[in-house]
Amino acid sequence: MTRIDPLAKGLTRRSLLATGAAALATPMLSRRAFAAPTELTMLAWYGHAEPDIVAEFEAEMNVKFVPKYYTGGDNMLGLISQSPPGTFDVILSDAEYVQALNAAGYVEELDPADYALDDYFPEFQQFPGNWADGKLFSLVTRFGFLGVAYNTDALTEAEASSYDVFWDPKLTGKVGHFDWHLPNLGQMSLLTGNASPYDIDEAAWAAVQEKTMSLRSQVGGFFDYGGTFSSLNDGQMLAFCGIGDWITGVLEKSGAKVKSVIPEQGGLQWSECFSIGKGSAKADLAKKWIQYITSAKGQAKSAQMAAYPALIPNAKGWEVLQSENPDEAKRQGMTKDAGNAMDMIRAGRIKYRQWPVQQDLETWNDFWSEYKGS
Amino acid sequence: MRRPITLYGLTFSLPLLIWQVLFFVFPLLFLVALSFWTVKNFVMQPDFDPVNWTTIYGRAVFWQAYGTTLTLAAAAAVLTSALAFPASYAIAFKLSDTARRWAVFLMVIPFFTSYLVRIYSWQIFLSDNGIINVILGGIGLGPFQMLNTVGATMIGYLTLAFPLVVLLQLFSLVFIDRTLIEAAHNMRCGRLRTVFEVVIPSARTGLVIAALFCFILAFGDFVSPVYLGGGEPTTLSILITDTTKSGQQWPRAAVIALTMIGTLMVVAFAAVKFAYKGKSK
Repeated sequence: MTRIDPLAKGLTRRSLLATGAAALATPMLSRRAFAAPTELTMLAWYGHAEPDIVAEFEAEMNVKFVPKYYTGGDNMLGLISQSPPGTFDVILSDAEYVQALNAAGYVEELDPADYALDDYFPEFQQFPGNWADGKLFSLVTRFGFLGVAYNTDALTEAEASSYDVFWDPKLTGKVGHFDWHLPNLGQMSLLTGNASPYDIDEAAWAAVQEKTMSLRSQVGGFFDYGGTFSSLNDGQMLAFCGIGDWITGVLEKSGAKVKSVIPEQGGLQWSECFSIGKGSAKADLAKKWIQYITSAKGQAKSAQMAAYPALIPNAKGWEVLQSENPDEAKRQGMTKDAGNAMDMIRAGRIKYRQWPVQQDLETWNDFWSEYKGS
Repeated sequence: MRRPITLYGLTFSLPLLIWQVLFFVFPLLFLVALSFWTVKNFVMQPDFDPVNWTTIYGRAVFWQAYGTTLTLAAAAAVLTSALAFPASYAIAFKLSDTARRWAVFLMVIPFFTSYLVRIYSWQIFLSDNGIINVILGGIGLGPFQMLNTVGATMIGYLTLAFPLVVLLQLFSLVFIDRTLIEAAHNMRCGRLRTVFEVVIPSARTGLVIAALFCFILAFGDFVSPVYLGGGEPTTLSILITDTTKSGQQWPRAAVIALTMIGTLMVVAFAAVKFAYKGKSK
């Protein structure tokens, strides 16, 4: 039998090795053909850098978000103050904390011309807290209302349409508090008849404390984010103070029998704003992100965020949402119908959640601790 | 007689010393320093101001939470020890060697799952529409409110500490000199009396250390009081989170934390002294 020598057929050992090496290296070469995505750091509440929100932008711009999630504005300020400048390219902040960010010099000034502010509802074009001395430092991107959250099996919408429902004897031990003084005491302030719930004098503050204390025997617990979800979901709590659709909307979508309503005494508004971190080496890319998420397309995405839904300040964003997901637009009240979210704001039924004006933040928090311990 | 310090001994003890200095002494000193800092506009500033101590110690809610936490932790230590003792006694004296190994293995298994997950799963059992109430409802009882009560918090503490307490008790029970028990029986000492007059005094060190561990774990626990107790009554761990949520008041939280550390040290020293009382070194 004749043995065929491959080397004798012109395929030398060297050429074989070269071909093999080339074949093995092909994936590496083709990978090099595409630049590695640029990393963009984002400091935000959970959900803002998840794929349902950022995937499209990441693909378009060849960017990879590196999120650092926080729980609460104090936590956010702590993380920024403990990190060197430039650590965070994009910062999402609750509106009441934006001024603290400005005062501490943690954010860059923004150019209003860079953003589609004209598409915003007029009320949000000069949003308080975003501006300081005529300069823009932050841009509101989404907001929501806080009212009475309730179990639809236990209460009707009419019953839940007053904060007084928390005192209903059938809810004894079934009223939950989202464990943060600001929204809860703001709602108590609305109930005691303060038109500006956070700007109240000592007499009004004393009345708020007295009214709040009278609710103590009704309260079944004080819950954080996870506890609020589970206690509403399993029916352990039938009514909740200090929250709104940002929690019940998520539960509602998954079939839980819960809802939020803005009661007759009015509701509170939380707002989230985007800024560019001071010293960011990727400020241009951060600007592009804010442009994207405040554009009509980005806004419609933001309204439907999987982590928690929200209202959006961009009027064109409402239109996109209405065509993309009319049910969600209707559920959240972002339609052209009378009584929509903007009508509620314009009717004066919604007040900004903010820090107390005439008392220290500490005074409110100390009372909250006393209330919990009583 | 004291042994001279040798290079050999130092080599083996140094890593522990370095570890303790790096991860206990330094952070503790920093915490002490932090408790004198002040906060202005959400920014902490190095300072030497006793204001945080006077503020925290001047608040009724702090002392209330302190009393609550101390009582809950002490109750957890007593309850867990009492419930764990029959189990560890049975494992030590009634089971065969093979069965004992299995029992020890079963006591280790709970540590495979996150404590937080185990606590969340208790909610499914304890809630008004939960498994226990559904079963009770089937025989026409209830519903009983179990979740968001002190009892539920106690169940959480048991979940946290029970397996550990059983193991610690077990290790001291298996080393009891069996001839002492036989001697007691020979002298017509009843079974129960033998347990109280021979077994428990002989295993005192392990039993006290086990109870101490339970106290330490329950005293600092945040998960059970929040997720099973519904955040009430307020414990010191909850008060710490409340304090940090108000304008970055980490220095005040440091005061609470230092008070907790101080309390734990006093309790630990007292317990260890009691555990080894009358024992030769």
